[in-house]
Order: sequence, then structure tokens, then C-alpha cells
Amino acid sequence: MTRADPHGEVIVDRLSLADEIVGGGEEAATADAAEYALWLGDDALVLAQCLGWWISRGPELEEDMALANIALDLLGHARSLLSHAGTADGRTEDDLAYWRDEREFRCAQLAELPNGDYAHTLVRQLAFAVFQVELYDRLQESSDATLAAIAAKAAKEVAYHREHSTEWFRRLALGTDDSRRRLLTALEHVWPYVGDLFRDEPLLDRLEGVAVRPSTLRAPFDQAMGALAAETGIELPDPDLARGGGRHGIHTEHLGLLLAELQVLARAHPGATW
Amino acid sequence: MAQSPTAQVPTTEIDDDPDGRARFDELIAADSRIEPRDWMPAAYRKNLVRQISQHAHSEIIGMQPEANWISRAPSLKRKAILMAKVQDEAGHGLYLYSAAQTLGTPRDEMFQALVDGRARYSSIFNYPTLGWADMGAIGWLVDGAAICNQVPLCRASYGPYARAMVRICKEESFHQRQGFEILLELMHGTPAQRAMAQDAVDRWYAPSLMMFGPPDEESVNSQQSMAWNIKRFSNDDLRQRFVDMLVPQAEALGVTLPDPDLRFDEATGHWAYGELDWHEFQEVLGGRGPCNTQRLAHRRAAFEDGAWVREAAAAYARKQADAAEQAA
Ligand SMILES: [Fe+2]
Ligand SMILES: [Fe+2]
Repeated sequence: MTRADPHGEVIVDRLSLADEIVGGGEEAATADAAEYALWLGDDALVLAQCLGWWISRGPELEEDMALANIALDLLGHARSLLSHAGTADGRTEDDLAYWRDEREFRCAQLAELPNGDYAHTLVRQLAFAVFQVELYDRLQESSDATLAAIAAKAAKEVAYHREHSTEWFRRLALGTDDSRRRLLTALEHVWPYVGDLFRDEPLLDRLEGVAVRPSTLRAPFDQAMGALAAETGIELPDPDLARGGGRHGIHTEHLGLLLAELQVLARAHPGATW
Repeated sequence: MAQSPTAQVPTTEIDDDPDGRARFDELIAADSRIEPRDWMPAAYRKNLVRQISQHAHSEIIGMQPEANWISRAPSLKRKAILMAKVQDEAGHGLYLYSAAQTLGTPRDEMFQALVDGRARYSSIFNYPTLGWADMGAIGWLVDGAAICNQVPLCRASYGPYARAMVRICKEESFHQRQGFEILLELMHGTPAQRAMAQDAVDRWYAPSLMMFGPPDEESVNSQQSMAWNIKRFSNDDLRQRFVDMLVPQAEALGVTLPDPDLRFDEATGHWAYGELDWHEFQEVLGGRGPCNTQRLAHRRAAFEDGAWVREAAAAYARKQADAAEQAA
């Protein structure tokens, strides 16, 4: 379930990933590419923030470590993507993470859903991991060299996230009556937010060859999830809500509180470095 | 998944195995390693299980004060480093539980004792983390003290424990460095940041000195542990080493160590330090520290809330094994 040595290499790994890509003398992103990088970067940042809560609270120590691993990977992706977005107008990863308000965040609403019980976290994570595997696989072809490089690094890591979530999905679906009931409840709460990941926005028309069109990820996502659902005898709920809007800055009630916590210390000390 | 391997080593020993005892004494006298399959006195085994499991519990409870600041870390880089650090502590707990298991006590049993409030852990973690600078002070002082305590344990007579400590010490030195860096950055920052750093050092300094345990004349377990080559230096010797190490580092940081009696003693060549509040130490150890109930409640809640997840994983594993058997 976890990597052979889930612990030993983590520090060097994670930090060098970010250091390698963060601000590496790259070409500045166009305004449109920057907006797109914020979509993906905010997804990763907000998810990492949610997962970080589990460290010291997991159902077992191995899972504290696995969720921390995933959170660290996602935080690395977020740092790279936000740094790249910032090159468009001279902002840093921290300017973007700590000094934008809720309506300026571009994460999908799925990312900001509450952790809930372990089943809710798992369903949210599985949906993202399956989505991100397809996304980063294709984004490696981007004509934006930085996005392509970030995607190449991230692809390997999200493949592990998918494996981890898939295994746990099986355990919860086929483990006990209680775990199956909790999984179904979580699916009912979380799944309606999944469809929004695949909505094409007008921005995509201006990013041909740079971005991956979200709608093209729908079929492989449905196929992977369909296979897992069939294998475990789970019926997936309808994945679409009438309204999404995360990519336009329309969020759930949860994001404001999440950002209040994330930003509180940095905002109390404008201009400080840490 | 956490299927703890069932213990294969008996927990009680026939204490009158003359050959075994002779061999054991020989190994200790030669400063060699005792391995899980070797005969060992029951008291040696018991002493080790107590020490290693307490150490493991400390790593696990010790995650909480720092996890408290992951969500609010003031930069993404600091957030990543802090997450990695707290994750390391979980790993340390796991290595140590594994080492203790080789002595015949299952991890679940040790963990249950922790959750039930029957086990001890380092009392330092019963203090609250009130600001970001506490992440610096903990890394510098608490991980720093842990290193002073643990480096000699890399030569402890029990093999699995010594080997676990080698891995752990490598990571602890990274922890101390990142703590020092947090404080250094704050001390080069705004007046508010400098005040934050000094405040954290003021609160963590004395408790970190008490991490080495009571003064030598009151330390109950020390003598025997030293005879068995588990412990190499006395509590007071280690504490002195730590203070000697801190003074120049505090100077480099520009923080003041909160001890008016701290002075260099020409005669001994060491930094003499003031009386520590051992009454407070005993109180915190006895369960009356600022966060004892909070830390235990947090661990218990995680354990109880996760029960259905562990049960699901165990049930799934059983079903998989049954299916594999049927197919075979
Ligand atoms: Fe540790
Ligand atoms: Fe540490």
C-alpha cells in the first residue's frame, strides 16, 4: 500500500522537487497560462491543506504517514504551479497563497469539501487522484515548458496517490457493513462535486496546446471509476451539480474558513519573511 | 496495513539458565550487542520494553504540538518542512514500536496502554505551542535535547534498539537544524518576530533541560541501565553537555537563555546553570501539566474514530486471504 520506504527519503525528495522547479529561471507564463496554473495549483494547495489535518489523527500510524506523503506531494505541486503562475506578474508562491482572497482562488469546489470521516477524505482524494493521473499524463505535452516539466514530476506521484486511494476504496467497500455504509454516505456527499472538474471554460479556447481540455479527461476518468465501482459492486451517484464555479472564484462555504486558518499568521505580519 | 506480527518471543524468562546468563554477561562485558534470540534476564527485557515503548509513545504524542501549526505555517516552504518533520516523528514511533516488538510485547498492547493513559511519555509534550516561534524552539531545544540523549543510545546493548536509534538520530539532526533556522529567520526579522522568538525560548528552555530526567541522585532506573550498557551517560552529564552546546548557539541566534544563574565555570570548564523546577516536572509527569488531558484525548479520539477503518481493512484482508485459499 505504501512505498517500500515511505518515510526515509521524504524530506530530501519533497523539498528538492519544489526547489528544482520553483523559480528556476524559467520563461514567464502568459496571463492565460498563469490563470490555468492557478486552477491546478489551487486544487493541490487546498487539498494539501485539508490532508495536513490528518497528520496525528489518522486511523493508524501508517496512514498518518501515507496521508502526509500525499499532502507533501501536493504541496510540492502547488508550490511549483503557483510560482509559475506568479511569473506572469511578478508575484511569489507565498504572495499567491497567502494574500489572495477567497474569490480569487481557482480551486474546484471538490478540493475544499470538509475532511469529514475517513471515507469522505478518501472519496475526495480518489476522485482527485484519478483525475490528476489523466491530467498530468497529458499535460507533459504542453507547449509551456514549465507546465510540462511540473506535469512530468507530478505524474509519478499522483500514480501512487491513485494506487493508495484505490486500495482503500476496496477495503471500505468490501470490508465491513459499517465501512460500506460510510463509503456510500461519503459518495453521496462528495460525488456531486466531481463533474465540475471536467467543465471546459472559455479560457481553454485561448490555451490550445498549453492546457489540457478538462472535458477530454472525462471518458478515461469514467472508465477508471466505472471499473472500480463494478469490481466492488458500488453504484456511483450522479456526478453533476447544476452549478459549479470554483474556476470563477465561486466556492463552497468551506473555503473561507480554510483560508482564514491558512493565512492568519502570514497576514498578521505584512512584509515579514519566515 | 498494521497487522502487527504476533510476538514470537516469550515475555517471561526462565531466569535460571546458567549458560544463557554466562553468555549474556560475556556479551555485556565485551560491550557487544544482544539480539532478540539471545537469552536475556527478565529484568533486562522488562527495562527495555519500558524504555523503548515510552520512547515510541513520546514520538507519537510529540506529533501533536507541532501538528498544531501545520495549517497556519506562514510560508509554503515552512509548511512543507513542518509536515515532513511531523511525519518523521510518526516514522520514529513506528521504528521504535518495531524494536520493542522484538522483545515480545505486541505493538497493539503498547498502543492500547498509551490510549488508556497507563503509559508514560516525555513530559515535554504536555506544554502548549502558543506561537509559530514554538516550532523553532521545539526543533532547536527539544529535538536538540533528544539528540544529546539519543546519540549514545546508538551504542545501546540491545541491537534492534541501537539500530533504530541510528536511523532516528540522522533525522533528528535535520529537525534541530530546521528549528534553529526558524529562530534565526525570526531573529533577523521584524521586532514582533524577534519578540516571538525570545518568548518561545523563554517557555521551552527549562522544560527541555528537564528532558534528561531528574538529577542523578534521584534517578531510579539509571544505575542498572548503565550496568547493562543501555544508558552510557548519567542524566546530569547529558544535561551539562546540552547546556554547553546551547550557549554558543544562543549567542549566534541572539536570544537570551532565561537563566540568571548561567555562567561559565573556569574550574570545571562547563557552563553552570541554575536550579530547575523539579516540582513542576513531577507535577507534569503526574498528569497535571498544561496539556496532559488534551494530548491523551487527541490520541484516544484518533484511535477510536479510526477503529472502523482498521476493522474494515482487517476484514478485507481476511476475505482476500480466504479467496486466495479457495482458489489454491
Ligand atoms: Fe523523533
Ligand atoms: Fe524530531
